[in-house]
Amino acid sequence: MSATIPGASGAAGGSGHSGGAEAPGGAGAPGASGERTPAERNRRAGAAQPHGRTLAVVRALLRKELLVELRTLESVPGMALFAVTTFVVFHFALNRDSVDGDLAAGILWVTLLFAAILGVNRLFVADADQGGFDAFLLAPVDRSAMLFAKVLTLLAYLFVLELVAVPAFGLLLLGPSLGHALPALIGVLALGDLGIAAIGTLVAALAVQTRARDLLGPLLALPLLVPIVIGGARASSPLLALGHSSGPAVRWLLTLGLYDLVFGLIAFALFDFLLED
Amino acid sequence: MSPARRYFAGGSDTTRSSAGAVRYGAGLRTLSVATIAVMTIALALVFFWAPLEAEQGFLQKIFYVHVPLAITALCGFVLGGIFAIAYLRTRDSRWDMRSYVAIHMSLIFGVATLITGSIWAKGSWGHWWVWNEPTLVSFLIVFLLYATYQPLRFAIEDPERQSRYAAVFAITAGAFVPLNFIAVRASSAYLHPRVLGATSNLPWQMALTFLVSLLGIVLLFTTLCKYELTVKHTRMQLRALRRLAERREDVTAGVAPTSRPRSAAPGVHATAMSANPVHPASGPASAERARRPSS
Amino acid sequence: MTAVEVEGLARHYGEREALSEVTLSLASGQTLVVFGPNGAGKTTLLRVLATLLRPHAGSVRVLGESLPGDAWAVRGRIGLLAHEPLLYRELTARENLRFHARLHDVADARVRDVLELVGIEHRAEEPLRTLSRGMVQRVAVARAVLHDPELLLLDEPWSNLDPAAVERLEPLIGASSARTRVVCSHDPGNGLAEADLVLGLRAGRVALLEAAADVTAEQIVGLYR
Repeated sequence: MSATIPGASGAAGGSGHSGGAEAPGGAGAPGASGERTPAERNRRAGAAQPHGRTLAVVRALLRKELLVELRTLESVPGMALFAVTTFVVFHFALNRDSVDGDLAAGILWVTLLFAAILGVNRLFVADADQGGFDAFLLAPVDRSAMLFAKVLTLLAYLFVLELVAVPAFGLLLLGPSLGHALPALIGVLALGDLGIAAIGTLVAALAVQTRARDLLGPLLALPLLVPIVIGGARASSPLLALGHSSGPAVRWLLTLGLYDLVFGLIAFALFDFLLED
Repeated sequence: MSPARRYFAGGSDTTRSSAGAVRYGAGLRTLSVATIAVMTIALALVFFWAPLEAEQGFLQKIFYVHVPLAITALCGFVLGGIFAIAYLRTRDSRWDMRSYVAIHMSLIFGVATLITGSIWAKGSWGHWWVWNEPTLVSFLIVFLLYATYQPLRFAIEDPERQSRYAAVFAITAGAFVPLNFIAVRASSAYLHPRVLGATSNLPWQMALTFLVSLLGIVLLFTTLCKYELTVKHTRMQLRALRRLAERREDVTAGVAPTSRPRSAAPGVHATAMSANPVHPASGPASAERARRPSS
Repeated sequence: MTAVEVEGLARHYGEREALSEVTLSLASGQTLVVFGPNGAGKTTLLRVLATLLRPHAGSVRVLGESLPGDAWAVRGRIGLLAHEPLLYRELTARENLRFHARLHDVADARVRDVLELVGIEHRAEEPLRTLSRGMVQRVAVARAVLHDPELLLLDEPWSNLDPAAVERLEPLIGASSARTRVVCSHDPGNGLAEADLVLGLRAGRVALLEAAADVTAEQIVGLYR
């Protein structure tokens, strides 16, 4: 009678997560006044599939993430500051006042990558240390909700990071002005961010429950992110070129998109296995 | 249902131990002989029969070692991912062990690939490392990724979680291998006609030599893996038996048994109480257990 | 109705057996108190019942549903009070509870009620890290009963609470709450008093399983030797 639910039985979570109606449950019907007591609600919720509430749960998780981040400010300011500092370091390391083309694209992507790793390292730490996993696992919700919430959180962090880092880059190191190349650059960054978020979340969940979590996270993530760097840097390079800057080659956008899609699916399929016991 | 039957009736929810009658050692000798035979033939062909290539001369013969090593290692990595999927589906720790051994062996073959590739590069282009050889470059990235496999396992103490997380890693990395190759190849400015692409227009003597060599390396891989699996499995069974003997004494004294030392290598999660058909010694033990009423 | 039905439960940690051959049956509305030295498997048993750990052998039925296959059907009906409060230190009590309310699909009004019931509403707007251990435990209790669970799983619930708190929380998680309870305890005297059924674990195995009336405190103390 019970339908298969991803996460509970450990099967790869492939079923849809769009809001569906609750399956007619075997247990309690709502009270006459329409206001359900918690017990009735539990029985109803327990009998129904958890999919219908996934959106609400993701919202609740996201809200919790952003609240904690705003209170502690332990991820985003660090990431942004790291990026700006790294640009300064590059200036001295390369002994250049301004860069363009391939070099500019490379510096930008490497810096963003390492700053993102900082955020990835901290993504699940609060949950692992303060029992957040247990709290979530006890709730009658679709386990994938945590994946979505964390990916969205990381995306938000990356967005703020780039809000600071890209203008800083334009100011400190970039030779040609960003100007009309900016919308295309934003598009490329967005595609890259999706991949970084998907892989970063998966790797963060993998690393956080190990002993050397701060070391294993980057070691796992960097090779997996190399194709993103390839696609992102190659796509950005013509945008940051001196003189007449052309648009990004479609080939690289496709590479990024394909990579995002594949690893997004993989993260979705495997994430439940990292949570359950 | 007897307690023993119920123990195994859990289906995919139960972590099964060495329940099936798998004899890892079976066929090991035949395989070893075959490996040595084929590899000897391959070496003979490489050195005495295959024609010298015009451009590179004798150095080109490394191709017969380097490329099969690369292919085998890559397939081994992907196989490790496939075994990991089987583990997640069945929760049978034997799949986890196979996944571990496949990846472990592929890593070793990967080192060999990089070394032989480096020698070839030095001979052909004068540098120990070249960036314009996309296969070599993607191999380096894959190698760097899989080098974290053992540290990852070693950093997780709970054995069941270790297997599960390692499986997730193996699947992710296994999917990464082909994608990485595509990405690196697309980014390479110069596509060298050598290596994998070259096999299509080889003279037939070279092609044959290559195939024999490939077969030899694949057999070597399989034999080494089987050997390692057998050793591990035997060690696990020994340990399980020892625990069974210890526990018999401990249970009456009410002492908790000690856990095994941490290691990066997975083990078959054999609880000593399992009715193991491979070992006749445990037969009477399980029968006795069936007779004892469950408290 | 049988609230908890366990038969031949086994759970191992590598080669060590955390639980082995555990069988028990608990009727609805009754209290099971679990005694045993550290490492005996009390917490493991609790976590298996809470659907956080899957059984490696044997069968487990909680509130009529079989674990781990139908775990999703009971998740919203179990309340767990663990060693860890399972709360975020940087958030306030109210924010923590509201978060759990959203997870369990419980109305915000209930959050307000529960905060009052545990007696923490005057400190509900301060981050948890500023509260004392006892007050955090109160919020943890609030979290555990927020969704009005049918089964309570309590891991040494009274350990961080002063007598006033104990008195306050007794109707929520104590014997007078009239809920089915599984309680882990190290206190033979009080533990025995609130039990209907007593389980003694040693090295993951059942060393004692009797109705509370048939058990003496000395027997329990004997488990720890």
